[in-house]
Amino acid sequence: MRRILSLILAVMLVALCFASCGSTDSNAEAGSVFYLNFKPEQDEQWQALAKKYQEATGIKTTVVTAAEGTYESTLTAEMDKSDPPTLFQVNGPVGLANWQDYCYDLSKSDVYKELKSDDFALKGANGEVYGVAYVIETYGIIYNKTILQKYFDAEWSTIKSIDKLNNFDALSTVVSEIQAHKSDLGVDGAFTSAGMDSSSDWRFKTHLANMAIYYEYLADGIGKTDAIKGTYLENYKKIWDLYINYATCKPTDLASKTGTDAETEFKSGKAVFYQNGTWAYGSAAYDEATGLGLKDDEFGMLPIYMGVEGEENLGLCTGSENYWCVNAKADEADIKATLDFLKWVVTDDAGTSALANDMGFVIPFKNAKEASNPLVKIANDYVTAGKTSVSWNFPTIPSEDWKNGVGAALTQYAAGTGSWDDVKLAFVDGWAREYKKANG
Amino acid sequence: MKDRKRIKRLNPLRAYFPIFVLPTLAAFIIGFLYPFIRGIYLSFCTFRTTSDAKWVGLDNYIKAFNDEGFFHAFWYTALFTLVSVIVINVFAFMVAYVLTRGIRGSNTFRTVFFMPNLIGGIVLGYIWQMIFDGILRNYGTSIVLDSRFGFWGLIILMAWQQIGYMMIIYIAGLQSVPEELNEAAKIDGANGWQVLKHITIPTVMPSITICTFLTLTNSFKLFDQNLALTNGAPIAFTAEGAIKQTEMIALNIYNTFYTNANWRGVGQAKAVLFFILVAAIALIQLRFTRKREVQQ
Repeated sequence: MRRILSLILAVMLVALCFASCGSTDSNAEAGSVFYLNFKPEQDEQWQALAKKYQEATGIKTTVVTAAEGTYESTLTAEMDKSDPPTLFQVNGPVGLANWQDYCYDLSKSDVYKELKSDDFALKGANGEVYGVAYVIETYGIIYNKTILQKYFDAEWSTIKSIDKLNNFDALSTVVSEIQAHKSDLGVDGAFTSAGMDSSSDWRFKTHLANMAIYYEYLADGIGKTDAIKGTYLENYKKIWDLYINYATCKPTDLASKTGTDAETEFKSGKAVFYQNGTWAYGSAAYDEATGLGLKDDEFGMLPIYMGVEGEENLGLCTGSENYWCVNAKADEADIKATLDFLKWVVTDDAGTSALANDMGFVIPFKNAKEASNPLVKIANDYVTAGKTSVSWNFPTIPSEDWKNGVGAALTQYAAGTGSWDDVKLAFVDGWAREYKKANG
Repeated sequence: MKDRKRIKRLNPLRAYFPIFVLPTLAAFIIGFLYPFIRGIYLSFCTFRTTSDAKWVGLDNYIKAFNDEGFFHAFWYTALFTLVSVIVINVFAFMVAYVLTRGIRGSNTFRTVFFMPNLIGGIVLGYIWQMIFDGILRNYGTSIVLDSRFGFWGLIILMAWQQIGYMMIIYIAGLQSVPEELNEAAKIDGANGWQVLKHITIPTVMPSITICTFLTLTNSFKLFDQNLALTNGAPIAFTAEGAIKQTEMIALNIYNTFYTNANWRGVGQAKAVLFFILVAAIALIQLRFTRKREVQQ
């Protein structure tokens, strides 16, 4: 008897373990929403929005945010669990290739129909809609209008107005003059530090690299490639040289500089130029508590000039690498709940104003509210003025390792321990190699 | 009732056997055995998520063996292990030896030396990166720019962290050396060095076994400190490939798995090879040092 009793007890103990791990919530019929969010900077706002939705509809809505730089591994782990995310995101065609089996065809969904244009949909080979872009972002060289005006007004300056600052040579002149007279302007350098720590290196290994990729695609009339030629690498070098040599710190210090370093330098008026995008507004805007930051009318943004012919007509870099995908392998009810949630987010007043005002997003949906972000307004002005926007081609970069290679090569070049040839190797040979790895 | 009779004859430990062993056994199966077998299976598959795998045979192993970065990581790890095992054990033994001589404040010193062990690897990696960069910045360089800095930086970090732990084990060993043996040796006219060589070291051999075993496997499996300190930088570029200069095997496996979704199976294959390697080294090492232990 006792033996049986002990066995039963033991089994119960184990069963208890399992039960506590795998307890599922009720309300299975109505389905639930589980969003694995990519953007840590908007985590709070998504949580608030999810709560609002849950209160309004009673549908269980969970938002989990992956830590910076760990989205892919978090997604892989979460997808394996018994309650996988019903809503996740991919960064474009390369990301889609990894997750296509998990992407629900959205072509009949309301969220797709709400899109302003088909350009914002991520499509499969047979016209399936696998992803829907939910935020359109723009980057370029953000500048501090107040300090730049001081430069224009100075006796010693060559360039006297922002209209004249419309190509690489002009930028180069401005930057070198600011650097030479940095104490007159009260700055530490023309550019913020181009930090190559992982919190900041994506600005250069991905966003700046996009310029070289964009021009090459444009010249060759293609939208993706299995082997890049690096036609515009010399231009990439030109602008990179400017970033590292006319900055708040020595090029040898860049290896350990962080994103926060650059942000702080820009906020405290220690630098004039700062390569970043519309998403940086929140952290660079004036903050009464610290007294640092720029007022809304002090923000300006320049295209990234790198000495390519005709760049007087260049606009900012606008695109998306954030596509919503609905998990095709989730329960039917959960898929439906998720589609309803998405519809609510992009059509309901609560949703659209949260996206526009709280998160500062420009969303490509019909009911979009105008964002209050001044950088977004600047981006719109460029489009209105008829400037050519640079598309985001970096989602076609074959792998994360390609970016890491280019990043390391740029760092080593800046520090003088490597040469520009390393960047070439990482850029051109690395592309072919990584493409083969990712597709072979 | 027949049952009861039978149980009476059994010793109570055996009667309660299931109650004691089942939870642990279940945990062992869930937490170790199942993932381990599954992992081996996955190394023969191509997959995005582990629940959705397709069999490809030896493909992953062929790719793993053709990966130059993996071999570089292996030799780098081997070199690192060799140096760190020697450095850590020599220093740990020295510190333990000094702190068992009965000098004042021994306990305080022991605590101080042990403390670094209580800090997690990632945190340590970042802290030391700041320390090293703080120094190297004066010379216009950084730990991520030169693989020698990365190597010795990691050695210093690991020594700093592990010496205290190994010291505790050595102290326990040294305190168990019988006083009579020391006394007898001294009466026989042995000097300090001879006592150390012929009495102390042979009697603390079990501690040496444990410590070398621990440092060896720790160094071989090192991951978080490596990730946080240099993350493999700098990279050497050639036409054939880009080799991360300070990437150890565990980090190489991690990067293979996560930076290219098409190579997850290869990462898994590397992990299986890695397991065989670590197990083999540990077994050989254990057998080797066991022979030298002295039974008291």
